[in-house]
Order: sequence, then C-alpha cells, then structure tokens
Amino acid sequence: MIEVIDIHKRYGDIVALEKVSLSVKKAELFGLIGPDGAGKTSLMRILMSLLLPDGGSATMNGLDVVSDYKKVRLITGYMPGRFSLYPDLTVEENLKFFATVFGTTIQENYHLIKDIYQQIEPFKTRRAGKLSGGMKQKLALSCALIHKPEILILDEPTTGVDAVSRKEFWEMLKRLKDMGITILVSTPYMDEASLCDRIALIQQGTLMSVATPQAMIKSFPEDLWTVRTRKIYNTSKLLENLPSMISVNSFGQVLHLVTPKGIYNIGSIQQFLILKGETEISVEPAAATIEDVFILLMNIPKERP
Amino acid sequence: MISREPVITVKNMVKKFGDFVANDNLNFEVYKGEIFGFLGANGAGKTTAIRILCGLSIPTSGDMTVAGYDVFRQTEQIKKNIGYMSQKFSLYEDLTVYQNIRFYGGVYGMKISERKARTTEMLDRLGLTAYENRKIGDLPLGWKQKLAFSIAILHNPKIVFLDEPTGGVDPITRRQFWNLIYEAVEKGITVFVTTHYMDEAEYCDRVSIMADGRIVALDTPEKLKEQYNAANMDEVFLKIAR
Repeated sequence: MIEVIDIHKRYGDIVALEKVSLSVKKAELFGLIGPDGAGKTSLMRILMSLLLPDGGSATMNGLDVVSDYKKVRLITGYMPGRFSLYPDLTVEENLKFFATVFGTTIQENYHLIKDIYQQIEPFKTRRAGKLSGGMKQKLALSCALIHKPEILILDEPTTGVDAVSRKEFWEMLKRLKDMGITILVSTPYMDEASLCDRIALIQQGTLMSVATPQAMIKSFPEDLWTVRTRKIYNTSKLLENLPSMISVNSFGQVLHLVTPKGIYNIGSIQQFLILKGETEISVEPAAATIEDVFILLMNIPKERP
Repeated sequence: MISREPVITVKNMVKKFGDFVANDNLNFEVYKGEIFGFLGANGAGKTTAIRILCGLSIPTSGDMTVAGYDVFRQTEQIKKNIGYMSQKFSLYEDLTVYQNIRFYGGVYGMKISERKARTTEMLDRLGLTAYENRKIGDLPLGWKQKLAFSIAILHNPKIVFLDEPTGGVDPITRRQFWNLIYEAVEKGITVFVTTHYMDEAEYCDRVSIMADGRIVALDTPEKLKEQYNAANMDEVFLKIAR
C-alpha cells in the first residue's frame, strides 16, 4: 500500500511536483503515465527515501518515507530509470551482492525471480555491462526482487526497450502482482497503460487524472472520430480549420479528430473535407485510447488558484 | 515525392566483431525523398548498421554507398552530406541554444551569412526566438529534440539519420516532431529513422525490420500488414521479432 498526500517538490524555480496525492492498494499494478520531465522520477525517488519532499507526506505499507526510511528500504524493491547495477560484476555476482546486502540468499527467494532469472541464467558468468538492453532489464528486476519486497517501484523499466521485450516484461509484472506484490511503475508509452489496474496521468508535476484505464477511456468527454485518408498530412492541415474542432492528431495510419460533444456527425465532417477538395476519405466514430485522453488533458490550460 | 533514385545502396553488408556477426549480409536501398523506418529488437544490429552508413565504422565486407560515396574510402564526404541525431546525445547541455547552432554550423563548415539566415528562420519556425540565450539543459526534452533535429538538417544534408528521436517525448510534441520530419522531406531530405513507437512505423514510406543481424522484412507498412495479416505495425513487429 502506498499513500501519498500533498507531496510537493521544487528544484529552484522549477516545480517538479505540485501537491500530488494518490493511493495505491495492496497487490495493485499502478501505472504512472507521462512524458519525460513530468515528475515521475521525483515522486519515485521521494517514495524510495532517496529524495526529501519540500512538503506533504507519504507512507509505504504504513511506514513514513522520511522518518521510517530505513524500514521503508527493507520492504521495497527499486529499479531506477538508469541501469544502476555493477557493470564489472557478472550477472550472478550482482544478484548475490544485492541478496547479501539485504541479509538473504539467492536460494531463499529463488522462487520469486525464477521465471525472470531463468532467461538470463545461461549468461550468469557474463559481466552485467556486456548484456543487451532486454537482459539488463531482467537482471535489474531480479536484483530488485531478491529480498522479497512487499512493494516494487519501477522507474521507466521499458524505456528504449523493443516492443517484444516490453510485452514480456509486462507479463512478468502481472505474475508478480498475482503473488501479492504492490507495484508502482512509470512509463512514457501510453499503450502500456491498459496493462495496469489503475493509472495516473502526470504532466508538469500535476496528476491530471487517476482511474482505471477502462474508466478513463469511457469518460472521454468529447466526440472522437477516426478519419482515413490517403494524404494524412494534408487532411490534418484541413481539419485544423474545422470550426470549433478541439484537436486533430495522427495515430498510425489514421487521424483522430476530436470535436465538442454533439456538434458534428459523420456526414458533416465528410462534407467539410469534400468541400475542401478531399475526396478519398472516410470518417467513423472511434473509441478513445489513453493517448487521446492524455492529449485532451494536456490541451486544457492548468487552472491556478 | 519519392523517386526510385537510391541515395543509400547496401549490398551484401557484413560486419563482424570477432566471431559475432552483427550484420549478416544486409541488402537494401533507400530512395531519395522517402522516410525509411529501420526497426528491430534491441541487439538486432541496427546501431551497427547506422554507424557504418554514417561513416563511423568500417564494415567487414560488402558494397555500400551513401549519397553516392563509398563507405570504405569516402567516409569524410559521407559525413558532410548527412545529418545525425540520437536520443541519447544531441546537443551540448552547457551551451545556449544559439551557441549550439553556431557550433554545429561551424562543424559543418557553413558560411556565416547562411548560418545566420537559417538560424533566424529555424528559431522562428520552432517558436524559440525568445529562448536563444537559454542553456540547452534548461529546456524541456521535447523542445530539445525538435531543436536537435532542426540543427541536424541545418546544413541541408541529403540524408538525415534519426536514432530513436522521440523516446520519452510527450504525445503532442511527438507529433509535432513528425511534422518537422514531413517538412524536411518536402525540402527533399531523405529520412532514415529508428523508433520503438510502432504507430510511428506507420508514418514511414517503407519499413525494414531486423532480427539477429538480418533484415527479415522490408516493404511499405500497408503491404507488411497485408503480408502478415496484421491490423497494425505493432502486430507485424510482434509476429516477426518474437
């Protein structure tokens, strides 16, 4: 369980976190979704007691991250954003080191890491610095798990990792969650949001929304249309002039057009484009993705008291 | 407009590190004016290939030209005719926006008058004119990446290589970045890009996918989806690379 109440943090003039509050339940897989610089790392470092907040409070399974920091560290596993294992030690030596630091052995908690570690065990005598990106990530997760933590904090574990390894990684997180481990994971990949139980969208130090991915998609407040066209760039420029439209963005091979609820229908959007000379187009209503929600929330100017 | 005129030709490209074959007989062409997506899992050999095509590494064997220059003997000419941008390192954090532009303009041997004219135009286009004396380190990542791209094409190269240019960038800026790519293409620059965002693979004219040092697929996104019976490029990638 993680409780965050009104945490704020500044670096000089830059506000890293602005009164952030959230709670993560036991055995929940909670995703912190946002781009670089949104404040994800600052929040995680505060929870790991590696950084002091300017104000507010946070507890991990009831332990205060400032006053009980030593105990917090014993019950948490942490995978920092940057690869932070010892590159000159082998795979096995790294794992053994982390086990020893926490007063345990690889054997004692092997069951926890078995699925993950087995994949890199054939390379256990290789130096960690010589591993590929996907393998480094598996080793880092094994090291974060070896002391049987109750809570896992994973800072962008899938950044820069290819689509296949990312998929495998999320399958591993699902299994850990099923073992009862509480997981807070951050990612800049919006498509990974749907794999979490609940997510928080974070931007410029503020949580814009917290909900299940399903609820977030369902509560998309405006109309969303998929526009298919042969000339994506051209059609998107035309749609920017559609009266009162909210946004138009490319999503792979199609455009997503957002308009205020109830103003347009398929026919009226098609007509607008045909009048502008676009003939080979199709318009259909679409379900929002987390990325659509994020873009919409980003476009709303922040309210300041 | 995409022609069939190749600006990069790769024939039987092999690169070995000791016993390890990083690039195992690659064959492909990149056409003038296209956006060529170069995809593959981590460790598939993408970076090795890019380093060779940028004139930074000599291949073991093969017959390759970039912008008409030979990758064995004419690496300096290659470097003058290409731009390069990576996610990890793009600009000097301790220098200001203006100083970075001046530095890269100098490295590429641009005339001062030309550099000044293009700097003004570029900062205006990016909306960064008011920030020209800001240190790069103080700018948000998205701004940095857009600026780094603009600087990579400041000297009007024939080809620009982009190595994961949008990693970690917010969804709006990521799309603005792709608009900059389209604008560069309209100016006749060929774009060679790697990405882990599969929606961005759809924005490419053609996409190649590498696995274990080989190119296992190369076609337009449309044809690849058809061939692999997939709804999107994400599915194509998972089917091929898994």
